[in-house]
Amino acid sequence: MDYILSIVILAGINMIAVLGLSIFTGFTGLFSLGHAAFVAVGAYTSAILTYYYYVPYFLALAAGAAAAGAVSLVIGVPTLRAKLRSDYFAIAILGFGEALRVLLENLEITNGARGLPGIDDFTTLPIVIACLAGGVFIARNFLRSRWGVACIAIREDPIAAETAGVRLFRTRLLSLVVSAVFCGLSGGLLAHFLSFIQPQMFTLIQSTQLLAAVIAGGMGSISGPLIASFVFIALPEALRVAQMWRLVAYGLLLVLIMVYRPQGLMGYSEITTFFRRSSGRDGGRRS
Amino acid sequence: MKNEQILLSVSNLTKNFGGIRAVDSFSFEVREGSVTGIIGPNGAGKTTVFNLVTGLYTPTSGSILFRGDEIGGNRPDAIVRKGIARTFQNIRLFNRRTCLENVLTPLLQREKCSFAGALLGIPSVRRLERELHDKARGLLADLGLEKYALFQASNLPYGLQRKLEIARALATEPSLLLLDEPAAGMNPEETRNLANLIAEVREKFGVTILLIEHHMDLVMNICSPIVVMNFGGLLATGTPDEVRADPKVVAAYLGTSRRPTNAATEESGKESCRSFGAHVPGATSRRPTNAATEGEGADATGVKGENNERFGN
Repeated sequence: MDYILSIVILAGINMIAVLGLSIFTGFTGLFSLGHAAFVAVGAYTSAILTYYYYVPYFLALAAGAAAAGAVSLVIGVPTLRAKLRSDYFAIAILGFGEALRVLLENLEITNGARGLPGIDDFTTLPIVIACLAGGVFIARNFLRSRWGVACIAIREDPIAAETAGVRLFRTRLLSLVVSAVFCGLSGGLLAHFLSFIQPQMFTLIQSTQLLAAVIAGGMGSISGPLIASFVFIALPEALRVAQMWRLVAYGLLLVLIMVYRPQGLMGYSEITTFFRRSSGRDGGRRS
Repeated sequence: MKNEQILLSVSNLTKNFGGIRAVDSFSFEVREGSVTGIIGPNGAGKTTVFNLVTGLYTPTSGSILFRGDEIGGNRPDAIVRKGIARTFQNIRLFNRRTCLENVLTPLLQREKCSFAGALLGIPSVRRLERELHDKARGLLADLGLEKYALFQASNLPYGLQRKLEIARALATEPSLLLLDEPAAGMNPEETRNLANLIAEVREKFGVTILLIEHHMDLVMNICSPIVVMNFGGLLATGTPDEVRADPKVVAAYLGTSRRPTNAATEESGKESCRSFGAHVPGATSRRPTNAATEGEGADATGVKGENNERFGN
């Protein structure tokens, strides 16, 4: 039971980070191969605060999220101001993520590559669920606000967006900061669940997995990436009986989704619209 | 007429792309309340002028005054806020969004509200959202698109997409509306309806209209004055009758007796104009490259060249 509980908690924590990346990639249309760095910033900031300075848990979580948002400005301001094309931005942030990991491996306060052991394990399932629910609520409100609508307009057509009054640089930067804050929160929860963190947990592989969940779950969707994220975390664990074949199954699933549903599970729609459609209210208006 | 205010005043506007001068000390004015037409062979620099006026390009030199303020080189979104909206030659909608959302986007950008309030979805923000939804539906209704409010923009037929683009431009509450070839790809029937629509829009929203068009019928019927461009510069300006009678204009469109003629130019869009460019060896050496700069260039929007890297994906 503990085992299943811990998988569910890990999936929930991962879903919060995926939710953040979905805002940036799925809704703003910018790709990132470095969002694990923001998870790392959140994890280390909150862990250091509770570990060395005995800061209350929730305050530390908030500080971790805020720190991730602040760090995202460091990479976001120069790259997004230069209006790098999406693929170049993905590479720039990849380099940033790796550089940050190397920094964590060499700092005194992070205990280097050995990692920080013995962090208090405050994170429980109700807290994760509350954070996830709050995150979805805030993400939905963001996406219907003027800023979120501007993000989606940029994804659809940056030039048309600008001539509709959208501030390109500011909006993209805001999207990055919001997504980083989600990742930072996820990191804080992770550190206080595992009670041990080390730089190796936040490599390019983690960034890629976050991106894979967003793409496979569907661009422009909140529910799709969340479902994909849950499946991707739960599936390898559920398949543990199959031992070494489980990662093959994981890869196969990813390939199958991309071949048969290139738009992802829920590309540009939400799971709720399916229910609405079946009750005839939205009858086929959206393709 | 004389006393009407000058809304837009462009003087000595020049734009170079590398060694190519797409717009060459071009000057013209738009009077408040007028429907001004810009015509000229393809590659004359018309769309480049639009891109300069709306901030998608930065002028190499010259000035663009809107209500007396210099706007040359301002960011596009700042220019929109000052009251200049536009549509594109090749329709640029938010394709995967509904018609309603397309119109709602610029409406929302005009509103000031607190970020935290929006994230928490407080009642005042919700109320504002409902008001804007109603406003957006009203705008769609004005253009006869109310039935399509929840249709995805890309699923609309071509003519309606053009209307939706006009609706989206009007949602920015402009005082000057730039229409880049609004009748492109329309049949004669649709073109006549478009003329009525433009008149209605002008009446109802009190906007001044500046339009680029190749359909001579449309331009001659609804535009006055007409500005004729050629080789990036001003060729002639005046009422439709004056322009039609101007020998320079006739020469630019039909060629002079010394050059091979190309009568199809004024009828249709790119194909004939492309051949126009190619078939006039007498026209200066700059001509063919210039034609490649506009219209037929790599990017379908007319936004290209040095500024391309600005627009991500």
